[in-house]
Amino acid sequence: MAAATDPHQIFLEEAAELLIQLEAALLSLEAAPDDRELIATAFRALHTIKGSGAMFGFDAVAEFTHQLESAFDRVRNGQLAPSAELIGIALAAKDHIRDLIGGPDAADPAAGADLLCRVSQLVGAPAAPSQAAPVAAEGRREAMVTWRIRFGLAADSLERGINPLPLLDELRSFGPCTVLALTDAVPPLAELDPVACYLRWDVMLTTDHPRGDIEGVFIFVADECELQLEAVGDAGGRLGDILVRRGDAHPETVETIAAGRERLGTLLVREGVVGEPQLRSALAEQKHVREAAGSQAAAIGSVRVPAERLDNLMDQVGELVIAQARLKQLVAACDDGHIKAVAEEIERLSNGLRDTTMGIRTVPIGSLFDRFRRLVRDLSHDLGKNVRLTMSGEETELDKTVIERLNDPLVHIVRNSLDHGIEDPDARELAGKPRQGCLQLSAAHSGAQVLVKVRDDGRGLDRDRLRAKAEEMGLLVPGAPITDAELLQTIFHPGLSTAAQVTSVSGRGVGMDVVKRAVDGLRGSIEVASVPGEGTEIALTLPLTLAIIDGLLVRVGNGRYVIPLSAVEECVELSTADDLRHTGRNFLSIRGDLVPFIRLRQTFRSPLPADPYQKVVIVAAAERRVGLVVDQVIGDHQTVIKSLSRLHADVANFSGATILGDGTVALILDVGHLVAEGQAAEPPRQAS
Amino acid sequence: MPPASGNRSFEALTFALSGEIFAVDAYMVREILDIIPVTEVPGAQDFVPGLINVRGRVVPLADLRVKFGMEVAAISPDTRIVVVEMELFGEATIVGLLADKVYEVAELTEAAIEDPPAIGMKWRPDFIKGVGKHGNDFIFIPAIEHIFAAG
Repeated sequence: MAAATDPHQIFLEEAAELLIQLEAALLSLEAAPDDRELIATAFRALHTIKGSGAMFGFDAVAEFTHQLESAFDRVRNGQLAPSAELIGIALAAKDHIRDLIGGPDAADPAAGADLLCRVSQLVGAPAAPSQAAPVAAEGRREAMVTWRIRFGLAADSLERGINPLPLLDELRSFGPCTVLALTDAVPPLAELDPVACYLRWDVMLTTDHPRGDIEGVFIFVADECELQLEAVGDAGGRLGDILVRRGDAHPETVETIAAGRERLGTLLVREGVVGEPQLRSALAEQKHVREAAGSQAAAIGSVRVPAERLDNLMDQVGELVIAQARLKQLVAACDDGHIKAVAEEIERLSNGLRDTTMGIRTVPIGSLFDRFRRLVRDLSHDLGKNVRLTMSGEETELDKTVIERLNDPLVHIVRNSLDHGIEDPDARELAGKPRQGCLQLSAAHSGAQVLVKVRDDGRGLDRDRLRAKAEEMGLLVPGAPITDAELLQTIFHPGLSTAAQVTSVSGRGVGMDVVKRAVDGLRGSIEVASVPGEGTEIALTLPLTLAIIDGLLVRVGNGRYVIPLSAVEECVELSTADDLRHTGRNFLSIRGDLVPFIRLRQTFRSPLPADPYQKVVIVAAAERRVGLVVDQVIGDHQTVIKSLSRLHADVANFSGATILGDGTVALILDVGHLVAEGQAAEPPRQAS
Repeated sequence: MPPASGNRSFEALTFALSGEIFAVDAYMVREILDIIPVTEVPGAQDFVPGLINVRGRVVPLADLRVKFGMEVAAISPDTRIVVVEMELFGEATIVGLLADKVYEVAELTEAAIEDPPAIGMKWRPDFIKGVGKHGNDFIFIPAIEHIFAAG
């Protein structure tokens, strides 16, 4: 697509990412105002947005960002403290930049002017006492350059109170830095003057700071020290070249010795061309340059790829998996050992390719969690609540599509927790809880699924109100017994909200049913646990990927169907007695539990007579179980999911289709729907 | 069909449905398949009774005869599947059309195509875009997108 190469589009994507980085840095900065790394991140993000904004003609963006960047430059130089006020303004400004990028009409110019005014007021305020960063007026940032700095102090400088260590530390703050002390001037112990400085230092520094910054470090000792400063470039290269360039060895000598083909360093020292310390220093430089180049190469090592191409790749891998399954089937009936070997090799490769491709599509869920920091901050502020957000398992990886589609449901859940779950600080204190509420987002792998939880320590769900509401809506017969789990499940019913008052945040009863539908759409499940007075936990179980699942292939009549293996609990035989008990209810006793079953032959109106020994596949969804009667259980099947076209949107029993090894199409059963249908077929009652 | 304007011609694939000749613009035809295994979708409308595998894609198979109230004849050695691509509900959709027989790609002149007669049609008039003549035969041009969008 043209979109992939359109520089305008690239800027938009890049800016969106930078804004996310900026927001994350600002939010973290709120908790840790002294973290220089965070300040630098925020500054860099602003700087890049400004620069590329101007380059791509987003002049309004560049201009606005420039003001903010200047403020953060002062913060970076220690002239301005990253106060809560500044961060608040910066967050609002970040939103304003986003609007500006979205289009000049999307942003309110008055709001922008107001923000700038507040920024300049803050900047104009007397500078906070800084611990004197002696950085000279800092110019434009430049490309990464490796510098070779050799400096030594006069012998009496220690006596005069000059300490070289802070100088070295300051150099280190500029970027990756290798420091090596040259000890060749240190005399034998007997002649050593303990207060004299015999050392010189070779420092290899890779930085984007200009030369002036580096010289600025030595500004106070300039008179007492010898200082050589040279750009090394990316050359690095062979040890001999480095020594020659540094003037430690003569080129011809090096050539002659190198012809000897022993390790050059050893030879040079043995021949007395260079001293041991010089050699070690040169070796350190070689290593440093290599590492610096390596880390820059690593940055280039990640490639921005349009999601569409990944989707195409996934499609093609899916087809390969299907073709491979077909090959496997054909080879099974063949005696040729060579062909079998090739088929096995292809199976191995296609499995590897499938895993790798799925790996490419996964992203850590932390990218999604991070968005909630802002939401929780703003929302708890608006609601007058004090809420701390904690996160765990951010590194858990999930399919990109799943993450994207998880955003809205999670927003609903988090909003609900903040609005209804967590109480006001006063109410919390009254209930004997800390004033600050706690909201926890967590993610963890569990088998082929991912468990995402949102837990709050609020007041919990009000069961009486839930029950009253459910009865009012006719979901429950008044006074009928119901398990706690079933009662809690009613919150997912459309139109049900326990909030006594509708607020701007939630309480309109739209929400949890939308959440449920979204999670069902991801082939996930959702569960609620709640302890009155202690809090609520909502757990989402989600598949790792939407593209390929393990399935159980079954036959009903002459049709073959796939049941997602994650939903299958067990397979049992349908006894003749159970089969014949046609009268009214279809129930199966599984270890004492009554499980309703559905005859898929009837559901699918199969004209063929049933097999003599039918099987029941027990599937579970949302903690309810139902048996699906099939004619034959064929076996497991790597299922590449293809969605059904809109022409089949009215068919509710299937969630998709797949292509089998022999090239025919098989339908994938929508277990959630079948379970709901199976349960609905019977009047509400308890299984035990 | 836009009103006949001049003598511009277009290529159309002609095929038989229950004895009548139909034509679709050759532009939208991707391929013509011999009959292949069809997976029945229980609970689907008769109009789109099944799914087929077209080069690794799962494609719905539609039977226009249902929409035209024709008798659905059994599959014969002449039966073909015309795979067409069209814009449906805002997205490019591939659909297989069952045909009793596929004839040829014919050159039709736009001038020779008339609006369907207001009376005397046995089918819903909005399902037919136009009627043309080819030799001595009438050729019906179905309003494919409209038929599918009507569901």
